[in-house]
Amino acid sequence: MQAVDIHALKAGEVNLGTSIMAVQFKDGVVVGADSRTTTGSYIANRVTDKLTHVHDRIYCCRSGSAADTQAVADSVHYAMQMYAQQHGAPPPVHTAASIFQKVCYENKDALSAGIIIGGWDKEVGPSVYNIPLGGGLFRQPWAIGGSGSTYVYGYCDATFQEGWGKEETVNFVKNTLSLAMSRDGSSGGVIRMCVITEDGVERLFVPGNELPRFWEGKEVLGVDPLKPRSAPGPVPMAVEV
Amino acid sequence: MAAASVYSSPGFDFSNTIRNSFLNDRGLSAPKATSTGTTIVGCLFKDGIVLGADTRATSGAIVADKNCEKIHYVTESIRCCGAGTAADTEFTTALISSNMELHALSTGRKPRVVTAMTMLKQMLFKYQGHIGAALVLGGVDATGPHLFTIHPHGSTDKLPYVTMGSGSLAAMAVFESGWRPDMEREEALQLVTAAISAGIFNDLGSGSNVDACVITASHTEMLRNFVKPNERVQKEKSYGFKRGTTAWKSEEIRSLVVSEEVTRVSDAMDTS
Repeated sequence: MQAVDIHALKAGEVNLGTSIMAVQFKDGVVVGADSRTTTGSYIANRVTDKLTHVHDRIYCCRSGSAADTQAVADSVHYAMQMYAQQHGAPPPVHTAASIFQKVCYENKDALSAGIIIGGWDKEVGPSVYNIPLGGGLFRQPWAIGGSGSTYVYGYCDATFQEGWGKEETVNFVKNTLSLAMSRDGSSGGVIRMCVITEDGVERLFVPGNELPRFWEGKEVLGVDPLKPRSAPGPVPMAVEV
Repeated sequence: MAAASVYSSPGFDFSNTIRNSFLNDRGLSAPKATSTGTTIVGCLFKDGIVLGADTRATSGAIVADKNCEKIHYVTESIRCCGAGTAADTEFTTALISSNMELHALSTGRKPRVVTAMTMLKQMLFKYQGHIGAALVLGGVDATGPHLFTIHPHGSTDKLPYVTMGSGSLAAMAVFESGWRPDMEREEALQLVTAAISAGIFNDLGSGSNVDACVITASHTEMLRNFVKPNERVQKEKSYGFKRGTTAWKSEEIRSLVVSEEVTRVSDAMDTS
């Protein structure tokens, strides 16, 4: 069988370049994403919402092809509505993750979708599931994905700790995404986060000009790159007599 | 059960590809599908949605239609601008328009923009991008005004202002500097005209006139050729030839009108 490059998007397809992540904490899960959607080098949508509602306490973060992930998420959303209607109870996060896995694995040749699921249910509490390109299902305490994630594995490994509360987790997600967005060309815009707990879902928004800032080169350049330099006044021209 | 030969199998029929590649090898390339090159935009204002489009249709580098209509009817208060392959946008919007009317009759409710969006995205995704339709869908329904952009592969975005087509970058530059929330109708129309004009004058795939459509909760107003910045100047002289310029040797005049008498037999259709 010819090797299929499942990582390449088709020409003209809209790309969710992306930095996405989900982190489990004591009472719930924080899911977060950047907001950039690109077609080649043009940013088709600079305020995308990549955190998609799948059920009341289950959200998924989408990366890869916009069309593929929207279609898959819509399909799972429908399946979760049917589950809730037929069972009379909200679906477990594992069920949603399994349906996602089924679709992503069985259609792995045709899809370009990297999905992270975060949610809360009554039996297990908070949980995070990662479904990368091949369609494998991995439960993890925290998961990062998308093109921007490669730049922040080190930061996440060094920073994450078990037993955090909501505020520390939100800060962790915010900082991680900000670092990824500053280094990855396909990620940017604003940070969107959802805090999913037993009591509900809280949507958080961090505009582009309020992102946490890190090293910006002042030490090397000698100037603060964000401070406006005063315009040089008129200098008399050297004239040869 | 024997397969009925009367019905063709579903999906695209690729049998002509063998013939086409044969012709290609011998130097005869296929004619380019008419593309709408295009600048199409949509923007949200205080009372609803304003959609805009240019009117040039191209076939390769030639302008096939100088005044085509790119704002298609979906329902009474929902319209769709189409960029990409002209035939694809035309037929896709017509199909969804038809299905929307049936859906409205079936549900007994006024049609919603999200319904049209879902029908369009599911169809385009099914065809995996082979239907080259990039659409700007806008309208007002019972839940308020909505504006969507739909890409050929089936991804959608919901935004307050959108542009699509080859002139989309020029138009988006105008929107990014000029759009504000809760604009008045006149401001919104002015902004849309400026955006389409940016596409018309800076993009080779877009040209001719500006079409606009204002959709509010109460009514929809289609402003065909709202602005015509490219009207042809009057020719300096008449280039017709006087009778007698070409000499003729002989002349024969025949009447082609045959006199006919119609006799009514009966009104009833012959069902024998």
